[in-house]
Order: sequence, then C-alpha cells, then structure tokens
Amino acid sequence: MSSHAQTGHAVVVEPSGFIRKYIFSIDHKVIGIQYFLLALTAVCVGIVLSLLMRFHLVYPGAHLPFVSGGIMTPEQYMALVTMHGTIMVFFVLTTAPQGGFGNYFLPIQIGAPDMAFPRLNMLSFWVTFLAFVAILAAFVVPGGAPISGWTGYTPLSGMGEVTGPGEGMGQTLWIVSISLFCLASLLGALNFIATTIDLRAPGMTLFRMPLTVWGWFVTAILGLLAFGVLLAGGVLLLLDRSAGTSFFLPAGMVVNDQLQPHSGGSPLLWQHLFWFFGHPEVYIAILPGMGVASHVLSTFSRKPVYGYRAMAMAICAIGFLGFMVWGHHMFLSGMSPYSGFAFSVLTMSIGVPSAIKTFNWIGTLWGGKIQFKSPMLFALGFVSLFVSGGLSGLFLAQPAVDNMLHGGYYVVAHFHLVMGVAAIFGIFAATYFWFPKMFGRMMSEPLGKLHFWFTFAGAYCIFMPMHFVGLAGGIRRYADATGTNYGAALQPAHMFMTYAAFITGAAQLVFLFNFFWSLKHGPVAGKNPWNATTLEWITDSPPPIDNFGGHYPSVYRGPYEFSVPGYRQDFIPQNLTPDQAALLK
Amino acid sequence: MPSSTVTDEIELVGTGKGGGGSSFGDDGNSGGGGDEWKGPSGSGRVPQRAYVTGMTIALGGVLMFFMALVSAYIVRKDMPNSAWVPFNIPRILWLNTAILIASSFTLARSRSRFLADDDAGFRHWWGVTTILGIFFLIGQVIAWRQLAAAGVFLATNPASSFFYVFTAAHGLHLIGGVLALLYVAFRPTHRLTKGTATEVVSMYWHFMDGLWVFLFLLLLLGR
Ligand code: HEM
Ligand SMILES: [Cu+2]
Repeated sequence: MSSHAQTGHAVVVEPSGFIRKYIFSIDHKVIGIQYFLLALTAVCVGIVLSLLMRFHLVYPGAHLPFVSGGIMTPEQYMALVTMHGTIMVFFVLTTAPQGGFGNYFLPIQIGAPDMAFPRLNMLSFWVTFLAFVAILAAFVVPGGAPISGWTGYTPLSGMGEVTGPGEGMGQTLWIVSISLFCLASLLGALNFIATTIDLRAPGMTLFRMPLTVWGWFVTAILGLLAFGVLLAGGVLLLLDRSAGTSFFLPAGMVVNDQLQPHSGGSPLLWQHLFWFFGHPEVYIAILPGMGVASHVLSTFSRKPVYGYRAMAMAICAIGFLGFMVWGHHMFLSGMSPYSGFAFSVLTMSIGVPSAIKTFNWIGTLWGGKIQFKSPMLFALGFVSLFVSGGLSGLFLAQPAVDNMLHGGYYVVAHFHLVMGVAAIFGIFAATYFWFPKMFGRMMSEPLGKLHFWFTFAGAYCIFMPMHFVGLAGGIRRYADATGTNYGAALQPAHMFMTYAAFITGAAQLVFLFNFFWSLKHGPVAGKNPWNATTLEWITDSPPPIDNFGGHYPSVYRGPYEFSVPGYRQDFIPQNLTPDQAALLK
Repeated sequence: MPSSTVTDEIELVGTGKGGGGSSFGDDGNSGGGGDEWKGPSGSGRVPQRAYVTGMTIALGGVLMFFMALVSAYIVRKDMPNSAWVPFNIPRILWLNTAILIASSFTLARSRSRFLADDDAGFRHWWGVTTILGIFFLIGQVIAWRQLAAAGVFLATNPASSFFYVFTAAHGLHLIGGVLALLYVAFRPTHRLTKGTATEVVSMYWHFMDGLWVFLFLLLLLGR
C-alpha cells in the first residue's frame, strides 16, 4: 500500500545511482524501454531460428557446423519451430506493443505522472525478464529445447523425456517460463487498467482518449481475463509432468514400448484451456497495433479519425467476441457439429467489427493531405496485411473448409500475415513515430523507407505463396516433405519463400542500423516534430522524470482535431483551452 | 525538419485548473472520474481510490484463475474412464470453514471500529482476524496430513489431485492475505492511507472467504 500519502507536494526526484535509474527503475518510461529492448533481443533470436527453419526446408540434407551430428534431425527442427513460435508470440508480439509502448505512452497520453503502481510495474518487467531467461535456458539444458510447439499440446508436452529430446528439462523450462510470463502479464494488466481508470487528467473523458489508449486498455482487460487461465493450465501440466497426476494424460499410452503410468486424463482439456487463452492472446498482440495504426493514419493524413467512437467500440467488440471463439482452433478435435457451427458463426461475426475498423481507416485516409513518412508507411502496411491475413481467417472459420486446411501451411500463412507481420508493422510504425519523443532525435527517413519497402514486399513474398502450399496439401511442422511426390512438387515454392525470407531478414539490419545510429546522430527532434495533437507532444523529448515537469495538463478536446475548419493551424493539441484555441483562428 | 507552429508559443495549461471545456470539441460527455484528480500535487502520486480499483481488478484475475481450475474439475470428473475415485472429505474442513467465515465477521467488526475512530477496538478485532486466518491455515495442513495418513495423495487419483490443487492454491492466496493483515497491523501509517489499506485488505479477505466456501461446496457436493 502507499507509504507516501502525506499531503502537500509529492516531488518526484530522479534517482541518482545507475542501478536505480536504469536497472531497477520504477519510472514507466525506463521500464517501457526495458520491455522494448527485451523484445528487440527476442525478435533477433526468433528471426535467426526462423531462417534456420527456412534453410532446412529447402536444404534438408545440408551439413551445418553448429548442429550436433552435422545434419539437422526432425526433433531439432521441431525444437526450432517451438522456440520460434514461443519467443515470437510471447516475448515479441505481447511484450513490445503493450509492455514497451503501452508502458511508455499510456500514462503520458492520459496526462499522468506514471503508472498507478510503479513498483508493481518494475516487478512485472523483471518477472518477464526471468521468464525470458528461462526460455533461453531451454536451449542449453541436456536434451535441448522442447518440441511440442508454441501451443504445448498434450500428451506430448506432459510426459517427459520418454517422448523425445527436449521433452525433459527443456519442456519443464518452457512451462515455467510461460507461467512466469502469465504472472508478469497479470500484474501488468492490473496496472494498465487501474491507471486508465483512475489517473486520467482532468477533462480526459473516455471518449477523449487517443485510440492507442483504447487499444492498450482493452488489451489489458483481455490479458487480465486470459493469462490466469493459461497459468492454471500451466500449473496442472507441471503437476502431470513432475508429480504423477493425470489431468491431461490418458490411460494406456505406450511410448517407445513403455506403458505410461497415467490414467483417464484428457488431452483436449489442455486444448480448451490453451485456446481459451490463445485466441484472446492473438488480439492481445494486434489491438495495440490497431490503436497505433489509427493514431498514425490520422496524424499523417491531417484528418480526424473517421468514426472515432465506432473505432473505440469496435475495439471493445473485438475484445468481447474474442472470448467466445476459441473452438475454431479445435474444429477437428471431434467436437459436436453443433458446437462447431456455433464457434464458426461467432468467429465470422468478428469480421464485422474488423470490417468497421478497416472501413474507418480508409475513411480516415479519404481526402486527406497524406504525408508518406516512415510511420505512415508502416501504418498503411499494417492495414494491408491485416486485411490480407484476416480474409483467409474467414475461410478457416468454416469447419468444412478447415477440415482440409487445418494443420497445414494455409493456417501458417493466415496467422503470420494477420498476427505476425501485421503486429510487427504496428510495432515498427510505433517505433518510427515515437522514437523522436523517446530519444529526442529523429530516425532517418530514407533508411526508414528502404526498410519499409523491403519488409513489405518481403512479407508478401514469403507468406502469399505459403497459402498455395497449404492449399496444395503442404503440412506444417514437417521437417522434410521432399520424400513425397506432392512434397517434392512444392519445393520450388519453398525455395522462393526461403530466398524472400533471407532478403527480408537482411533488410531488418537496415532498421537496426537506423535505430542505433539515430540514437546518437539523428537530427534533434523538438517537442512536436509531427505536429500532432495528443499529450505526449506537449512535453519535452524525452519527457522529464515526472512526464510534464510539474505542469500537469487539463484536456479540453478530443484527440484528433486535425484540419479543423476556420483555424490557421491544422492541428489543435488536446490541452488548449477554448480561449487559447481562439488565438489560432 | 518541421517548422515551428503557433502552439509553440502558447503556454502549457497549468496544473489541474478544473475540468476541460465540456462544450468544446466533439465529445464532452461520459468518462467518469477524469475531473476529480488534481494531478500529483494533490495527495501523493497515486490517488487513493486507485488501490481499490487495483484490488477489484486483481480479484477479477484471481477469479479467472480459479474458474479455469473449476471448469477443468467439472470436465475431468465427467470424462468417460475418468478413473475418478471419490473420497471422504476430512471432517476438520467443516471446522476450518467455520473459522474462516467467523474471520470475515471479526474483520468487518474491526473495520467498523476503525471507521468509528476506535483504535484499540480496531486493533483488537484485526488481531483476532489474523489469528483466525492462521488457525484456518493450520487446519488445512492438518486436513492434508489426515488424508496422507489415509493413503490419499496428490497423484492417487484425479479427485484427490484436484482436492490438493484447490486447497493449495487457495491456501497460498490466504497466506498472502495473512501477510497483508500483519502488514497493516504492524504499520503505523497515516490515517488516510490506512483507511485504504484496511479497505483493500478487507476486500481481499472477504473474497478469499467466499471463494473457499464455494470451493468447499464444490468439493463436497460435486464429488
Ligand atoms: C475475422 C478474422 C479472423 C478469423 C475469421 C480467423 C479465423 C481463424 C481460424 C478458423 C483459425 C484456425 C485454423 C486452423 O487451425 O485450422 C485461425 C488460426 C489462427 N489465427 Fe485467425 N482469424 C481471424 C483473425 C486473426 C487475427 C486478427 C489474428 C492475430 C492477430 C489471428 C491469429 C491466428 C493464429 C495465431 C492462428 C493459428 C494458431 C496456431 O494454430 O498455431 N487470426 N484463425
Ligand atoms: Cu483464434
């Protein structure tokens, strides 16, 4: 509980020592950057893993110097699949948009000095960090990394070493890591929600919050309701592995000629617990990106967000519906056709708020004075990828069609476009947009554009052909399908995707260079380089320790007052009083 | 580089001078709460009500955790070939349940003494609550030992597995509650803060009490 409730001025003093200032900091801005750097490290690891997979798919017999035994085994390939998915979904797509940018900008955008519970915030980060260490440790323990996929399906994930290398210590570490991650995310979600409810500046009504704040807020609610369920699943799974219980493990399983001592458990129970979390999780990854896209599109079209209220309500609707569709990942688990039908209809109904969002994004652009800066390009890319990837979801949402596509590359193409790449584009848009505020300098525009075009074209080159591989019967998680006729026939497509992946991967070096070079050498940014309206742009770049230097803003208008007729200036910051704004007439 | 703009010359609006002009801009309504906070110069960095909000939210998360376990329980029990063997719940659980329910009453008593500015009464009943909480935990451990003596362990069968999981998960949460009770009891803080602290801890404790009654009935009737 609070220990500093004395009345009078609570002066925020910047801690002096390096450790308190940069390591165990309770400043939400430092913690945001810590989350961001964690995600940046994680994404580098994740990309290397994916390139190894792509390489193996086209040269399955190649000798690799760092692989024990020279040639990659199917188990090693599965370990790559598992670690790539886990690291990307949890430590990149969940960490960067919410823990990183949300932490940094949510308090500033609502005019608050910090998160509601700064110490809890620090704890969230460090537990996430521990979780990351645990998952990385899985690479180096005996047996290596686990092989049961990012979804950790039982019974494989529940039985231990008998089921393969990596299923011993590696799988245990996976469960420990994910459970820690759940715990940290729960604490983080609590903080985000309480902050949004109780720390808004005077005049910052709910419908004056930037759409980014709406995105983070609803994401936090999803996290609060979803991560506890996965945590419960993780606890039960750990008990199955180490205490001999049988929650998820059926009787009579024989593995490598050994009868397993379990009885009566249900592997499907794990799937339900996992996907009850898993589907909201995909929206946890994408909703902040939607907020950023709306925000950036409006700023660089110099137009208000078209249908602001509808946009905010669509975020809520997506979050709400997201809890009722998990069964679409389990159409083939033998569920009753009636449940399948219900899940199918509910799934497709998510298309409605999604379409509202897309329509309003286009409406925002329509007739705007569009400025093609790097953040804008990535926001446009976000919309494009979200639509391309979302449309394939509607096919998958039909049980009859899913019968054929489930477990294949079509699904992989779907979720990489809509979740993987779209969310990454949201992160890039946020990075280029807020870098000047976070570090006081601009990133290079030419390099940003180069980065965008290679990444945008590259993403489509990797994942569009993948749909066709899926339609042609290509099955995901197979280390090597070249021995079959249909598999061999798909090799040219795989070859193309692999080349595209390596080029796209290389293009990310441009981003890394731009990022670190601009930290030192970018042009100085000033308070409001984009002529934007929300509260983060009225304070210094980077903001002082208490965000507003003691002058806390009041809010007098909505977040997107661009090109208001009758004003000389094409943007009106949220904190201008009517009198001050009148000076701009 | 961006050109300088008219707003550069307009001063930042000062600290918390009343609410925003609600008639200006497109959306002046709803929102709730935004207008009350006077910035950090008011009463500390965090408004006291954020602790109540925070606890409400935290309990929502805890509830989801337990409901996941409960739904797993229901699904697992009704599986074909579930290998489910019901066993007799140790009788001491009735006593433990009574103790925990009583502790909610003593806690409510303590809080009303606190609100009536009766410091001695507040501390007395707060202490009684803490002791009842510790008794409950000891009682739960005794229940485990009795089960173990009867040969019922965590891995014996799914019914016993769930029994241990529920009691352990709830017990861990209750240890947290006892620590929070002790924290308040031993901390001479400013009245206002403590008002929030007692409120927040009470919310948590009553919730854990209600949750236990629910779990107990589930284990008892849902065998
Ligand atoms: C209208 C929109 C959408 C629909 C109708 C839809 C539908 C589906 C369906 C039916 C599946 C299951 C396919 C199968 O396993 O056979 C699926 C998988 C998936 N979707 Fe979507 N989806 C939509 C949007 C999204 C969004 C926005 C995201 C993420 C941001 C997403 C992420 C995923 C992921 C990660 C998987 C696969 C997980 C796995 O099996 O590893 N989807 N989608
Ligand atoms: Cu889904």
